[in-house]
Order: sequence, then C-alpha cells, then structure tokens
Amino acid sequence: MNKLIDLQNITKAYGDNIVLDDLNLYIKENEFLTLLGPSGCGKTTTLRIIGGFENPDQGNVIFDGKNITKLPPNQRQLNTVFQKYALFTHMSIAENIAFGLKIKKKSKSYIDDKIKYALKLVNLDGYENRKPDSLSGGQQQRIAIARAIVNEPKVLLLDEPLGALDLKLRQDMQYELIRLKNELGITFIYVTHDQEEALTMSDTIVVMNQGYIQQIGTPEDIYNEPKNAFVADFIGESNIIAGTMVEDKLVNILGTNFACVDVGFGKNKPVDVVIRPEDIDLVAPEQGTITGRVTSLIFKGVHYEMEVMANGHEWLVHSTDLSPVGAEVGIHVDPFDIQIMNKPESDDEEAVILDE
Amino acid sequence: MNKKKWLATPYVVWLAAFIIIPLILIVYYGLTNDSGNFTLEHVKNIATHNNMKALLLSLKLSLISTIICLLLAYPLAMILTKIKMNSHSFIVLIFILPMWMNFLLRTLAWQTLLEKNGVINTILGHLGLPGISIINTSGAIILGMVYNFLPFMVLPIYNTLIKLDQNVINAARDLGANSTQTFMKIIFPLSLPGVVSGITMVFVPALTTFVISDILGGAKILLIGNIIEQDFRSSRWNVGSGLSLVLMIFILLSMAILAKYDKDSEGTNIW
Repeated sequence: MNKLIDLQNITKAYGDNIVLDDLNLYIKENEFLTLLGPSGCGKTTTLRIIGGFENPDQGNVIFDGKNITKLPPNQRQLNTVFQKYALFTHMSIAENIAFGLKIKKKSKSYIDDKIKYALKLVNLDGYENRKPDSLSGGQQQRIAIARAIVNEPKVLLLDEPLGALDLKLRQDMQYELIRLKNELGITFIYVTHDQEEALTMSDTIVVMNQGYIQQIGTPEDIYNEPKNAFVADFIGESNIIAGTMVEDKLVNILGTNFACVDVGFGKNKPVDVVIRPEDIDLVAPEQGTITGRVTSLIFKGVHYEMEVMANGHEWLVHSTDLSPVGAEVGIHVDPFDIQIMNKPESDDEEAVILDE
Repeated sequence: MNKKKWLATPYVVWLAAFIIIPLILIVYYGLTNDSGNFTLEHVKNIATHNNMKALLLSLKLSLISTIICLLLAYPLAMILTKIKMNSHSFIVLIFILPMWMNFLLRTLAWQTLLEKNGVINTILGHLGLPGISIINTSGAIILGMVYNFLPFMVLPIYNTLIKLDQNVINAARDLGANSTQTFMKIIFPLSLPGVVSGITMVFVPALTTFVISDILGGAKILLIGNIIEQDFRSSRWNVGSGLSLVLMIFILLSMAILAKYDKDSEGTNIW
C-alpha cells in the first residue's frame, strides 16, 4: 500500500483553541478521501496544512516520501479548489486556467491545448473569453476545478467546493467529481460537513470531531458500523440507546433482551446500541420483541417517519408502510442490524449537539 | 417607494443651490464679457505667458505629489491590512487624526517648521548642522501637498486591499506563483480601483490648491489656483471663471483617463 501523503502527529492551535491534537492520517495514491465533520472539527485546517496555507505547530507532513512541512504552497505538487471558487475576477476564463501554466513558463501552444482540454473536461468548452462574474456558481466551480487540474497535480484538495450550490446542482456535481477523479486518476482530498456527499463520493471517509479523528473507513463501514455514538449520530439518523451486553450475541435494551451478532464485549458490560431507523420493522404486536404505540407520523416522500413509544423510549422508525398514530405495534430488529459500541471513554468522543 | 420620493427634495434643493447654479454661473461668466455677450476671450487668457507657466507648474507639482503619495500610501495600506484586527482601527485612527485638525492650521504649522528661523532650522543650528532653506520653493509646496493629501490616497487603497478575498491570494500561491508574482499579477491589478480613486482624490485637489502654495510658496510661486483666486479677489469674475473652465477641462480629462481603469468603481464611494 502506497502512502502518498502521511500526516504525522499534527498539532495546531490558535491561541488557546486546540484545533488539531496529535493527528495521524495517511492518504493512499489514487484515493478519494473525505474529511467529514461538523464545523470547527479541524477538517479545513487539516486540508490547509496539506495545502501549505497553515503551518502545524508540531508534526510532519510527508508527501511522496519527502518532508514538505515547511514548503510554501507554490512549491507543492498539489492544487486546491477553494470554497468560494476564488477565481481571478480581473482575468478571462482562459487566463484563469492558464495562470499556473504561465507561471511555469509553458509554451503557448501547450497552454492553449491544456485550456481546451480542461474546459472540455468540465463541460464548458467555448467559455474561454468569458469573465468569471458572468458565470453561474456551478460554472465558476467547474472553472476553479479546471484551473487546478491543468497543472497536473498529484493531489487535488477540495474545500467544501459544493457548499454554495443548490441541492440539484450539488448532486449533479457529485457524479461529475467522481467521473473527473476516475478520468484523471489522481488523489482527491475532499472536505465537507455533508454526510450524504461523503457517502456518495468517497473511497475512504475520515470522520472528525473537535480535532480528533473519530473513525476512518469505507462509506459502508462508517454507516453500518459506527465506532461510537458521535459517528452514528453524525452519519444519518439513528436510535442511540444505552444498553447492557448480557453475553456474546445478546444485548439488553431497556429491559428486554435482543439477539445481536457482536461478540467480545464481556458480560454485563454497559454499551451504546445503535439501530438505524430503517432497520426497525413494525410488526403485529404479538410478533414483536417489544410492543409500543405510534405517537407521530410524518410523510417524508420516500418513506414515512414514525415515532413509537415503547419501553419508555421514543423509537425513530423509517418505513414505506404506514402505521397510523395510536396504533399498537410490535418492534422487531434483525440481529445483524443491531450495532454495539463501547461507551465513550473520553469527552472528545462524546456526541456533541450538531450545529448544522 | 414612490411615496418616499419627497424625502429627496432637500438634497435636490441643496444640489441646485450649491452645485448646479454655481457651476452654471461659472460657465456663464467664463464665456461672456462685461456686457453679457458671448466671448472666448477669457478662456483664451490661459495662453498668456504667466498663466500658462502657472498651469504647467500646477500640473507638474500635482503630478509629482500624486506619485509620491502613491509610493508612500501603497506599502502603508498593505502594512495596515496585515495588522491584527484590534490594533488596526487604532492605527487607522492615528492616520486620520491629523485630518481632524484644520487644513489651514496644518499648513501654517509646516510654515513655522520650515521657516528660515523656524523650528527645524533652530534645532539643526543647536546641533551645529547647516540649516535647510526649503520654504518658498516648489519642494515645500510638494511637501505640503503630500502631507495634506496622503490620507486620501491611503484610505481607498486600504479599502480595496482589505476587501480582497484571502483565498484568491492563496489560489495564486497554490498555482505556483511566488510572493512577487502574486503581487504583480493578482494583488496589484485587483487593487487598481482603489489606486485610481486615490489618484483622483489627490491629483484634483493638488491641481486646484492655492492655500498650500500661498503659505508654503510665499507669494513667489504662483500656481493656477493662485491666479484664479487673485482674479476673483480683484473682482475679475469673468477672467477667473474662464481660467476655471480650462482647469475643469483638465480635471475632467484626467478623470476620464482614470475611469478607463476603474470599471467597477470600487473604493470611489469614499467621497
């Protein structure tokens, strides 16, 4: 496995505010890696340290085997797509794209070819002579990407590039970015607070909170097997309930034993239990592991969102089948849909109230 | 919205009474003789030896002052933008503070400082150094112009620089530009609107001033402003207006040239 970028023991503080605390992370070649977390979790600072716009207080940034911690941004073999595009408004689109190549003193014909190629790649051919201000947000974002990739970086850093776009455009651009990444065959490091964006595009997701990495894994790992309550809460909706691990493959939730598939937690150990709302089946009362009463019902389009009061807990349930408010229902959960997590051992792992 | 239009009335009256009507009067006096007939005689007055000399000297001194102001103000504005938030308003204040004092007083203070037996020469004398004789020279006038008009150059440049998106500068660095290239290709071109309005705000008052040349130039150096002033003082309204019209053409011309660079007129709103 080839480590293209290796962040070693990175610490960064602004005054008393520690943004990153002894962070270790490596990024493989040709990987789409997403740094995901709420605002203030340190994801953008991490990206800026890789880009060279911030210097870490401690630790090293290793790029392709070389220590680049002290190297200024213009000497790094990577390019950045900034949050609000940061296009040069006094230049035409072609001049914007040519900027990096002109600095590197490439020949005019080479630059012209590259501009053509890049505009084609982002589906904006023919825009050479337009000014950035005359373009829509989505088009400006594509130009920002084109401007970065003509320099043939080994790594493209993207700082919430879709944050300012509307939902439909954002979704289109997600597929566009995946296509670009595959066509270019380079590494993408992507920063976002949008879990759906992260799940859609990434090979690897790094969930961060308060300067710490909470979990690293594939989108499936992160979603299906969150390591702690923060990750479970941040990625999608979930029921997080305090429980007790009675023995291997048996967990007690709110006084009732549920079969599960987790082993190795010990006997009678307090744990956090995560059950995704779509994994709860509402069945006839006599067939359920426990029974409860539906207290609210909201139509969400794809599914109904229901709350069921059972054993003193409001269970969040997503289902395409409707159970009316007041109905008596049974709750059934398949063993492999119950995810057991250790109780957080330190404060920084604890779920925080998300501000987004 | 239409109901509130009447709120603009006082401003319209003000504009008419103190800007439009005086302008029309100047044009009228400048283009007519004592009996009210049309003539270009007063405008042509500019061609006389003394008037032409004064106009050329005015243009020269105001150009030099503008350039010096620009060279001093740009680095200063850049330094100001780099200073941390809490202290920078203080530094801007220090800079604007002299502007709260009367313009005449400030200029008179320079006269006292620069005089033959003035403060500076007295101190130099005590130190056993030779005195300087700058008073009543073009140099003293330039000094006075730079001193009085420098803030008008600093502020618009500072305003455009502080509004520059830091990420635009980062993007240039990211694309391989070193700090010099970033300045030449990104920061300076993007700050041009501020530079242009700074130039206008220094050049125009410098071109028309008569107080600075009066006080720091003695009565020896006449700028076009002094000549116009004298005309009006000796009730030669027609001649004064005629010369004013010529001066106005120069100002309009310089602003037209500058306007080409100031497409989105950022920073000019300081007026």
